[in-house]
Amino acid sequence: MQITINQAPFELPEGATVEDALSRFGAKPPFAVALNLEFVHRQRYSETALKAKDILEIVQPVAGG
Amino acid sequence: MSNLHAADPLVLYGTSFPSRLLLGTARYPSPKVLESAVRAAEPAMLTVSLRRQAAGHNEIGGQAFWDLLGELKVPFLPNTAGCHSMDEVYTTAMMAREVFGTEWIKLELIGDDYTLQPDTLGLVSAADKLLREGFKVLPYCTEDLVVCRRLIDVGCEAVMPWAAPIGTGKGPTNPYALRLLRERVQVPILVDAGIGVPSHACQVMEWGCDGVLLNTAVAQARDPMALAGAFSAAITAGRAAYLGGAMAERESAEASTPVVGTPFWHLDGG
Repeated sequence: MQITINQAPFELPEGATVEDALSRFGAKPPFAVALNLEFVHRQRYSETALKAKDILEIVQPVAGG
Repeated sequence: MSNLHAADPLVLYGTSFPSRLLLGTARYPSPKVLESAVRAAEPAMLTVSLRRQAAGHNEIGGQAFWDLLGELKVPFLPNTAGCHSMDEVYTTAMMAREVFGTEWIKLELIGDDYTLQPDTLGLVSAADKLLREGFKVLPYCTEDLVVCRRLIDVGCEAVMPWAAPIGTGKGPTNPYALRLLRERVQVPILVDAGIGVPSHACQVMEWGCDGVLLNTAVAQARDPMALAGAFSAAITAGRAAYLGGAMAERESAEASTPVVGTPFWHLDGG
């Protein structure tokens, strides 16, 4: 199935979880995640199943004003 | 740290800070310059943000930035910069709390992309929602008295009105409203955005504002470290002037040297 990670198309096997997506994407700590604009607590990565067309955002600390 | 700082801390949500300067971490020429500026400014807090991990932006970010933040040992104030809706603000704040491990949040809800003016109509609801989630909300707002009152009504223990639009460096464009706000609200006022030079910061502190949040004015200076120190001194000076009760302005001249006993006066019999 195809989802979107940080605005780019991303292929994942059916039944993949947020944890699977993070691993395949190569997310590097520290980061935080939102799925379809909703925050996903890090303790829920492995139990949160993805479906086609989901939109995943992986963010990291940056400089800000 | 001077005695003034120790005796007169900035208190936000019950937490005391020895400095009245909050410093942004963006737009510095290099991480090294950022580090030097932070050490010169000794700020109460450092603003930080979140962006997509693979977005390819040129800002200082990622692991190196994280490591630098750890070394600086200054409390974080994550922002919700770039958010245009309550949902974006809420999700960004939740992600920031997890990543930065803090309940402090600089609430930015943008209502106009050209001026980056805050969406004051949505701001109060957004602040209310975050406060209910346990965040310590510092709302970036305008100097509008009623908006600030509504923010305070929902539980904000400080407000952060702009001096001028973000990054303009124009200084306080509406002194009347800012001074009126100071008279009418009791919570700390942190002037955020639009400060360009140390005299702007000193001025708002003389008016009784409680702190200043800066970024571009330091980061984009030719020598950010010098401006970091200058702003720190200006904020301390302005605060001391406010506490010391500066003299009232007069319309007419009044000699400071005593007039009585002035030699040669009235020798012509006039």
